[in-house]
Amino acid sequence: MTDASALGMWGVPLAILGGAIRVSTPFLFVSLGECLTERSGRINLGLEGTLVIGAMTGYAMSYHSGSPFIGVASAALAGLVFGLIHGWLCSFRHVNDIAVGISMMIVGLGLAFYFGKPYIQPTAPRLPSISFGWWSDIPQVQAALQVNVLFIAGAVLAFLMAWMFRNTRIGLTVRVVGDSTDAARTLGIRPTRVRVLATAVGGAFAGVGGSYLSLYYPGSWSEGIASGQGLMAVALVIFARWNPINCFWAALLFGGAGAIGPALQSVGITQGYYLFYAAPYVLTLGILVATSSTERAMTGAPGEMSITK
Amino acid sequence: MTNISQNEAAASGRPPALPSWVIARIEALAIPVFALIAGAALFSLFLMTQGKSPQEFFALVWRAAFSSAFSWKNTLSHVSPLLMAALCVAIPARLGLMVIGGEGAIILGGLAAAVVGASCGSIPAFFGFAAMVVAAFVVGGVWIGTVGALRVKRGVNETISSLLMAYIATAIFNQLVESVFRDPASLNKPATMPIPDALRVTDLPFLSTHWGVPVGIVICIACYFLLERTTIGFAARVTGDNIRAAQIQGLPVSRLVIGFTGLAGGLAGLGGFFEVSAIYGNANDSLISGVGNTGILVAFLARHNPLAIIPVALLLGGFEASSGLVQRRMDLPDATILVFEGCIFILVLLSETLYGRSDSLIRKILFAGRSK
Repeated sequence: MTDASALGMWGVPLAILGGAIRVSTPFLFVSLGECLTERSGRINLGLEGTLVIGAMTGYAMSYHSGSPFIGVASAALAGLVFGLIHGWLCSFRHVNDIAVGISMMIVGLGLAFYFGKPYIQPTAPRLPSISFGWWSDIPQVQAALQVNVLFIAGAVLAFLMAWMFRNTRIGLTVRVVGDSTDAARTLGIRPTRVRVLATAVGGAFAGVGGSYLSLYYPGSWSEGIASGQGLMAVALVIFARWNPINCFWAALLFGGAGAIGPALQSVGITQGYYLFYAAPYVLTLGILVATSSTERAMTGAPGEMSITK
Repeated sequence: MTNISQNEAAASGRPPALPSWVIARIEALAIPVFALIAGAALFSLFLMTQGKSPQEFFALVWRAAFSSAFSWKNTLSHVSPLLMAALCVAIPARLGLMVIGGEGAIILGGLAAAVVGASCGSIPAFFGFAAMVVAAFVVGGVWIGTVGALRVKRGVNETISSLLMAYIATAIFNQLVESVFRDPASLNKPATMPIPDALRVTDLPFLSTHWGVPVGIVICIACYFLLERTTIGFAARVTGDNIRAAQIQGLPVSRLVIGFTGLAGGLAGLGGFFEVSAIYGNANDSLISGVGNTGILVAFLARHNPLAIIPVALLLGGFEASSGLVQRRMDLPDATILVFEGCIFILVLLSETLYGRSDSLIRKILFAGRSK
């Protein structure tokens, strides 16, 4: 805390920047996963549960194997399974994807808390980070520019996904299925299969996002580890207009909002802590209110998605 | 036409056709029961993979929740908020809205009741109660009514907005309880000033449960009549079935949505009032109990029918009540009940696909042996 005085109030925006990079990674992965799923015409509200399952699995496997990367891989696998189940359940007639999402959220939380109980105490190896602050002597700058490998991977993934949607056969298939089931059928594509796969891969991304929570920041497994990031990611994708690169910027913005509370706390402002803590939710709601409309369909929205129909 | 088809059916030896409303009634009862049993079976499989005995689990649930007067008291204490939380999902569902953030209305309604109650010690108890109920209802109603208003005025998805608002409600609750409304005497666990004894909801005479349960049951019945037997309820259901048709018919869709979501939130707020006044005596973070999640399951299992909510809430209240005994006796984590509820929830949603398809199956079962 003594160092904070050296920077004065400048410590706050710096801490927010550093926090944005730190906090945004789970948002980034979940929103990329949700973006892929929604582009195929489904919505997966269960990613909140997948996030927690990913956090638990990642932590447990990192603890048992000694390698955080095995943890991340197993978290992705767990997310893949959850996505597959969600996609499969939604393939039945009259089964509502939003309701299934809510139930998967409850199942995910239940299973994660059930199996996660023994891992609350032990310490698992954490993910490494890369220092981009070597040029500066100020510890805050160095701390803010500690960038985790998963953040970089997420950023690359965002650009890769944008490229995939535009230029590859897979991307085009997903987009066609999302925009019109009939058109997809005409082209000889099986819409249900594409949607199930898109939901599964989306779930895997969310699982990776979850493993970041337990393996880097906040960096331990507890039952309160996720607090709505999975849900906010759904809103974030709408805000990003289903564009992966916009998802990246939106995730940074949300991460910044999430970092306001801790940043103010680090310079000794503790008044209204809970309200600052609520900043990401208020921001999400505000963005939803500002960008939704009853009059016009949203630009860029996949035509088959229940939420925009 | 029916005569001909029945004759044909008799001639060909197939079981005769049933009127569609009979099929619908049988489905409405049989499919949720089937889903419940299938969910329990899925959970039993899960328990077996964990090396635990499903028989022991269900026997313990029965013992802890339904076997004695003491266990019924335990169960009923969980039922009161469940009824209200479920109504907060079921009422908007009839308008085609999936509002699942009822927890926010419960905790803010409870906070409002606690704050008003603590400052109403000097006026007659009747007015004190009235003030608490109104405060809880209004705060809860405004909270969820806002979700409805955002939906009709701005097209904001109600599922996401209600959940976000539940998180915001938690933050507001914690902030207020730890600052403005904090009882200085509450050291380790921040709480509001205690409600005077005159304003505590008492237990029912001869029964070991508080007034929240019978009031909740009466409200469920009233909501059933409101939705099924009044013109306003009919207008709400038309809106839920087809919003464009409702608009073309000239129904006041915006007012219906805001009014019914407001009612739903108000009832959830009332649930918070009973929790605070009957059980805690002040507002503290025990109020944030996750009862909203269980309420979602109750509403879906009851297929958003307020009458069906009553038995389903009793059942799930029993599950919640047995959590402690199951934990201790079987050495299972407290999340076990959550896994159980999740299993049932998934099967309930999956069973939606059976409606309208089970016609021939029902006929086969009913007329088994009679067709030859």
